Amino acid sequence: MTKYTDHKGRPIIVVTGLGAVTSLGRGVDENWKALSAGKSGIHKVKRFSTEGLNTQIAGTVDFMEPEEISAPGISYAMADATTEEALSDAGFGKDGFPGPLFFAAPPVELEWQHRFDLIGRTSEGEIGYERMLASAREHKQEKMHSLIQLGTIAFQLAEKYETRGLPISLSTACASGATALQQGIEAIRRGDTDAALCVASDGSVTAEGLIRFGLLSALTTHNQDEPSKASRPFSKDRSGFVMSEGSAALVLETLEHATNRGAKIYGTIRGVGEKADSFHRTRSSPDGAPVITAISEAISDAGITPDDISYVNAHGTSTPENDRMEYNSLHAVFGDKIHSTPISSSKSMIGHTLTAAGAIEAVISFKTMQEGTITPTINYETPDPDIPLDVVPNEKRDADVANILSNSFGFGGQNACLVFGRDVA
Amino acid sequence: MSSSKKEVCITGIGFVSCYGEGAEHHWNILGGDKAPTPIISSETVPPYGVHPLPEMDWALQIPRKDQRQMENWQRLGTYAAGLALDDAGLKENAEMVSTMDLVVAAGGGERDIETDEAILKDAIASNDAEQLILDRLRTDLRPTLFLAQLSNLLAGNISIVHKVTGSSRTYMGEETAGVTVIQNAVSRIASGQSTHMLVGGSYNADRPDALLPHALNHYLYDGGREGVNGRQGKGGGMRMGSVGAFLVLEEAEHAKARGATAYAKLSSVSSDLGKRDGEKGTSRMDVMFDKLGATPDAVMSGATGVSEATKFEMDYLNSKLDADTPIRSFQTLIGQPLEATFPAGVALAALALKNNGFYAPFEPQEKPAKNDVSSIMVTSIGHHCGEGFALLNKA
Repeated sequence: MTKYTDHKGRPIIVVTGLGAVTSLGRGVDENWKALSAGKSGIHKVKRFSTEGLNTQIAGTVDFMEPEEISAPGISYAMADATTEEALSDAGFGKDGFPGPLFFAAPPVELEWQHRFDLIGRTSEGEIGYERMLASAREHKQEKMHSLIQLGTIAFQLAEKYETRGLPISLSTACASGATALQQGIEAIRRGDTDAALCVASDGSVTAEGLIRFGLLSALTTHNQDEPSKASRPFSKDRSGFVMSEGSAALVLETLEHATNRGAKIYGTIRGVGEKADSFHRTRSSPDGAPVITAISEAISDAGITPDDISYVNAHGTSTPENDRMEYNSLHAVFGDKIHSTPISSSKSMIGHTLTAAGAIEAVISFKTMQEGTITPTINYETPDPDIPLDVVPNEKRDADVANILSNSFGFGGQNACLVFGRDVA
Repeated sequence: MSSSKKEVCITGIGFVSCYGEGAEHHWNILGGDKAPTPIISSETVPPYGVHPLPEMDWALQIPRKDQRQMENWQRLGTYAAGLALDDAGLKENAEMVSTMDLVVAAGGGERDIETDEAILKDAIASNDAEQLILDRLRTDLRPTLFLAQLSNLLAGNISIVHKVTGSSRTYMGEETAGVTVIQNAVSRIASGQSTHMLVGGSYNADRPDALLPHALNHYLYDGGREGVNGRQGKGGGMRMGSVGAFLVLEEAEHAKARGATAYAKLSSVSSDLGKRDGEKGTSRMDVMFDKLGATPDAVMSGATGVSEATKFEMDYLNSKLDADTPIRSFQTLIGQPLEATFPAGVALAALALKNNGFYAPFEPQEKPAKNDVSSIMVTSIGHHCGEGFALLNKA
């Protein structure tokens, strides 16, 4: 263990740049102000008609100026903004970035507007895929093609910001943001690189998206007239998550690399834990074993114990099942100590940003440690007796936060947990 | 870290293509003195030909209740993953699969074609298309179909069906997803971050929604039955193919300790993204080639037939390798499986090395192998962008 290595002799990894966009605004500062004031970014959807839908609210990001209003268009605009912010924050500029890009990519595909566009261009073939294929043959659609390739956003970011090598697009559903960081951590620990750019973005709130998540009974259908009240993590009356958009970017470096170039340091990424679940496509094992393993591994990988965790940045989606499962798993690892450890969910304010959530929550975590302020869980009016947690209800709290556990769980049995630290030594 | 680099070997292959299923089955068909006739179906998505999914009995690898939760790209991948585990002798080893790391290359899944088409027909005739789509989606969509659309749900299904639960990651980005999968796995095993992994991908070509994205940019070949090289005089283009390709990769000592035999060693992988024209393109390939660390005896090429990319690759290989070095473009026979391209190339190379042979030319433009082949380079020059090389050696 030297000045630059951790308890396992691996390079200490620090975060030197942050970028964020959520429904609360553009930029880390604007988001931090709103989050610490307990503001909600959830609103009635205006981008498209929601008439007749059970869910008519979301945390859409409506203030960007994408090239096209579509999931890939909005996702790219947000990713571009957060990448630029994080790189400039970290002091990287004209000479490109000295490491690879790990990008948590949103689901993109042809949307209904594209299908109509294609069908409107020809009268050949039966209406449906036959006509769309005929249309494509008649009129080459270079831009539409590029938009719906799953690697496009990462390729464009890599080219624009001159990251090194083949950029990586990944998905672990709602754990993707945490997985992007995990990939950066592993690459640095392997010695593949001294720096990594980790970005996540999701602008995929569409009518079809709302309907699809609705069919899985994942979205709340309550509080449609009072959107800011709809996301209620850990409350007894929680009834589902609110679908949202956002992006975050983080610059990771070895401590040595950051020190040598005199970079300002937000804190360290101390540990990571992961465990896949084979129980069900959308539900966690009832005994919580995979989540318990992921949490325990992250803490032990960090070389600390649960007693050292000063705050838990919860996955806290506001679904009945997730929040209960998250509490049970935390209790299994922390014991009764979890009842006095502050834990909060920013999803109460910005909803569930899906692919981007883990990365946005990482940005919030580093600000939490830097500012000594824990952002609240808003809408906490009816405690759930089965979840006796200190959720930092409704108002921010000043606190000395040295180590944070951040949880991310996703459909498909994805569980990834991270431990962040404030102090380098 | 290079001083303590661990050796990576391939101990299991699961392979499904238009020729059927199983690793040795593919060697028997593709590895003979004469390449088989390409199997091309023009009925699924006319006028484009595809190398179709063979007839499958999914139940051999996937319980019926799980089959119902998947669409074919997931069934194909889950099936091939099961074959790879069987082949590696790990299928029934609960302890081993519970610590096995899973890395999957995946695309965007499948849509409900009938529902899409029914809605489009009615919406075009309606004077409030937006509302009609909303109303119809609410009533017509099946909840399970969403799960067939999430990229990471192939990995999710593999975890559920085969209990592979060490860790689970899914990479995207067309052919580069497959390159990343192999490169990431080799890096993790070589550096000691993992000891045994299940890696691969699958692609279902028998669907209009799978072909449409590529048709948009005129990437598909709609001529005759020519192979990858034979198409070059006729404008080029790619012919998609249904393929499931999964590999069990193991740290060599780990494989030895459990008495497993290796197909081949996966010695090195390199990748990049950038412009291909001019000297910049060549020098990028040189960096990638040098990273392989040795000149191969043969090449298993993932060339797609798209002219710009295929010419770039063949020009580079011809300038770099001996004139005698045999190059096989496997998409001539099994089609373009997009995300599964690189895992498929690695599987075919490993099969040849294990069987102490190489493949007869897949089309007349290819040269027969004159010399013994003990190292094979695998390439994937993405039809649109992104590049990957790997080097395999005899175990």
